Amino acid sequence: MSGKWTREQMARRVAHDIPDGAIVNLGIGLPTTVANFIPAGREVILHSENGIIGVGPAPGSGEEDYDLINASKQPVTLLPGGSFFHHADSFAMMRGGHIDICVLGAFQVSAKGDLANWHTGAPDAIPAVGGAMDLATGAKRTFVMMEHLTKAGERKIVPTCSYPLTGIACVSRIYTDLAVIDVTAAGLKLIDKVAGLSFEDLQRATGAPLMP
Amino acid sequence: MIDKIVASCEAALADVPDGATVMIGGFGTAGLPNELTAALLAHGARDLVIVNNNAGNGEAGLAALLEAKRVRKIICSYPRQADSHHFDALYRAGQIELELVPQGNLAERIRAAGAGIGGFFTPTGYGTELAKGKETREIGGRGHVLEMPIHADFALIKAERGDRWGNLVYRMTARNFGPVMAMAAKITVASVHELVELGCLDPEAVVTPGLFVQRVVKIARASTAAGGFGQVT
Repeated sequence: MSGKWTREQMARRVAHDIPDGAIVNLGIGLPTTVANFIPAGREVILHSENGIIGVGPAPGSGEEDYDLINASKQPVTLLPGGSFFHHADSFAMMRGGHIDICVLGAFQVSAKGDLANWHTGAPDAIPAVGGAMDLATGAKRTFVMMEHLTKAGERKIVPTCSYPLTGIACVSRIYTDLAVIDVTAAGLKLIDKVAGLSFEDLQRATGAPLMP
Repeated sequence: MIDKIVASCEAALADVPDGATVMIGGFGTAGLPNELTAALLAHGARDLVIVNNNAGNGEAGLAALLEAKRVRKIICSYPRQADSHHFDALYRAGQIELELVPQGNLAERIRAAGAGIGGFFTPTGYGTELAKGKETREIGGRGHVLEMPIHADFALIKAERGDRWGNLVYRMTARNFGPVMAMAAKITVASVHELVELGCLDPEAVVTPGLFVQRVVKIARASTAAGGFGQVT
């Protein structure tokens, strides 16, 4: 059996696909690490749902200002050219189609690009949705970054989502620790897979037909 | 003469009735009007409907209101946090009503109330559980959900500088919901760190024109330097 891509390798792979000049929103968790791997010389503008365009890297230790935080509530900096705005304007950027790419985590992605990432369906779970639905539905392209299988070995790419949906037919591309897969009108198209992994083994780990 | 400046947080909230709908600004550590929320707690109004992005963190602010069982219902987008234990306990015991709203819908429904909009259609949430029971319409070949405005009796917001007309400017990401909540509430109460003479705020830079604001209270600046929740004193 092959190895898997590390989280850093996944983040590098996503960053590689973000073009110069793109306006990008990185969802909380794993997607935020993509910011660390934007290739040198490429200018990408990061949007944060709580009212920032031009999010810069984390401040030096002792220089944090807790009036300047990102969606994960971590302190950040502001790049030259950046600006602040209120919540309705921030979400107008998402909902009005002005964000080129958003990168989100997921519990499941379906063969048609449905996304489930806000609720596991557990009856006693405390729910929370945040900006996930707005991002998934509003961004010009939604990239998902997730492990290919759950810790229990279950497939996360499924024929239809069994978890409560975040959005319908909204995912453009899926990045996992095993493969990069496009969601197309004709079905799931394999773009890239980790070295040493056969197409057959990858298909077995994937709950919908893959086109090679 | 117009003078919206009020002497204290307590005075600014002395007429909040039981059952009021109160919007509270803030996102994470930024822009939480904890001084006003503490005064609301001291004031004693109960059966409140609270509108906020979250459902309280730790022990202060909104969490204290929840712990004191003053809140009947919360309208928010992200209740679950590492330290939302007071909300979690109430929710699991069936002692608080939750209306879970996608964050963009929350912001736009608040803005719509302030802007006199009766309702609007949005693709957010179409086909999901959060659209259940709501009217839908196909527009431009895409499913949309009808969302209604969220009005409030009071809004508690934290701003940076203000004047006696109620004009406000904010500080970085402490702005967040403040400007839209200011529009949507009948009585908007803003805390500021600095009060300036009329005309000293650059007219190009006023973010909340004073007509949206009814009461302005000057409070001592709390540090936002490194330290986060635990060390903002």
